[in-house]
Amino acid sequence: MLERVNATGLTPSFRPLRIYWERLRRGDEIAHVLTLIFASTVIGVTALLVYQLWIQSALSRQKFGWAFFATRVWDPVGGQFGALPFLYGTVVTSAIALLLAVPLGLGTAIFLSEFSAKRISDALAFLVDLLAAVPSVIYGLLGIFVLAPLLRVWVEPVLRSQFGFLPFFRGPAYGVGFLAAGLTLAIMVVPFIVSVSREVLISVPREQREAALALGATRWETISRAVVPFAKTGILGSVFLALARALGETMAVTMVIGNDPKISASLFAPGYSIAAVIANEFTEATGSLYLSALIELGLVLFLLTFVLNGLARLLVLATAQRGGLLE
Amino acid sequence: MNLHSGWRKFLNAFMLGLTAIFAFATVSVLFLILGYLIYHGGKNVNWSFFTELPKPVGEQGGGMANAIVGTAKLLSVALLIGAPAGIFSGVYLSEFGGKAPNFFVRYMADLLNGVPSIVIGIFAYAIVVLPAGHFSTLAGGFALGVMMIPIILRSTEQFLKAVPRTLREGAMALGASKWRTILTVVVPAAASGIITGIMLALARIAGETAPLLFTAFSNRYSSPGFNEPIASLPVMIYTYAIGPYQDWHEQAWTAGLVLLGLVFVLNVATRLVFARKTAAAR
Repeated sequence: MLERVNATGLTPSFRPLRIYWERLRRGDEIAHVLTLIFASTVIGVTALLVYQLWIQSALSRQKFGWAFFATRVWDPVGGQFGALPFLYGTVVTSAIALLLAVPLGLGTAIFLSEFSAKRISDALAFLVDLLAAVPSVIYGLLGIFVLAPLLRVWVEPVLRSQFGFLPFFRGPAYGVGFLAAGLTLAIMVVPFIVSVSREVLISVPREQREAALALGATRWETISRAVVPFAKTGILGSVFLALARALGETMAVTMVIGNDPKISASLFAPGYSIAAVIANEFTEATGSLYLSALIELGLVLFLLTFVLNGLARLLVLATAQRGGLLE
Repeated sequence: MNLHSGWRKFLNAFMLGLTAIFAFATVSVLFLILGYLIYHGGKNVNWSFFTELPKPVGEQGGGMANAIVGTAKLLSVALLIGAPAGIFSGVYLSEFGGKAPNFFVRYMADLLNGVPSIVIGIFAYAIVVLPAGHFSTLAGGFALGVMMIPIILRSTEQFLKAVPRTLREGAMALGASKWRTILTVVVPAAASGIITGIMLALARIAGETAPLLFTAFSNRYSSPGFNEPIASLPVMIYTYAIGPYQDWHEQAWTAGLVLLGLVFVLNVATRLVFARKTAAAR
């Protein structure tokens, strides 16, 4: 064994330990462990959130099972809870929002990244960021007092007289309802589509544009055939991100959707959404089953946004890497 | 190809015009919101709005002093929870963590960032309100603080990583240990960026309503200490807007204007700090 003793006077197996003690003495290990503890709290909090949603909704999950998602009745007094009207309201309002917000947002992003000068693009992008920062309760405020009356008096009567043959545009015009909630959501998610799509479009390599232009394509042809197809996964990612926001959006929807757990084909009719029913009924939920059903709705909302956000991140990442590889 | 050149040029100009209209339509929403808030809420912004408690229904006047103080208290609690957790985790990601743990922490932070705020409210209810048995400032602040963590974490990490390696190497070469280097060289170099991230996080949670509904709840009076329900500007706007009284609606507009002013000031201030920083870096 003697020949293995080296310059430090210690056998090799003791050396890491000595270095460790040396570093500990200098405080590095303490700093490492301290920051690690905080980083683990991030993991802990997220895990605890999922765990709490799971156990707090146990009562409702056990009692209703999968039928929870296929039941139309929401009767707190009779103890019957079904999520279908809320799922319907959430899906319909989000669909309206995307239908309007995707063209508007994508068009804006194309203008900002392709057509406008950098100075104008930066200034407009800042205004779009400010728009994203407007609290949702303020969108709700404008929804109630500006948008809903506008819909009731002008938009809905016109839609009914022109497109009344469609089932979506029939029935009395309330103002508040699916249409009002969908429109409000559309306005709220446009900034997310714009800012993510703009970044994705900017990350498209210059060669992609130059090649198309060199072949004699106009700027629009370059955009529609060379730039947007290259960025399409990232753009899809921004749409998923917007969808996740729309599904989970609470206050603005609660204020304009009408809060009535019914399923109606008419977009003028009042409805309800998952987030809205939690916001409205959580504090007045009497009985543990009622509360548990509301928390199960929260769990559903969590899972939906979890999946969508994950997909969105993958898509945006894929485009960014593709742009990076070619450069 | 030449046969269609007129059409192609027309389409090009048409799409340029169309996207320009879309862009200005999007941005004009911002000015519409501002315009409506100033039009409806501007006339009632006065001293008593900031200093008086809400009057009973039917009486004119009164203010939202309790909600303004409430929002300040909730934001302070949130800051105390969100800032240390976010900053230290950001330091871990940038300075200590290996590839695998970093990926995991970032993933969880992004997951937390995407959770709808109403679900964060349910979480805070289950963790703080249920054990305590009552709504409180702490519960509301906890909910908002949890929302701040991922935002501060990511911005801190980003700005720490932007600090040049040469600064770190210089400090190490002078014999400083790693933690001294971080504390006295790296973090100060990134300080304005880290503060920017905190302000952005504050701006984002200042207007949050949903997570407060069943954590901080609301209160018609001033709330002493941190263990009782408390009013906040966003919840007051919500309550007053859906209420049946005309003067409540007017107060809601005014509160909306004050809240939006607060959020915009925070946003513009961070933008200015950021612009100055990037200009200095050039």
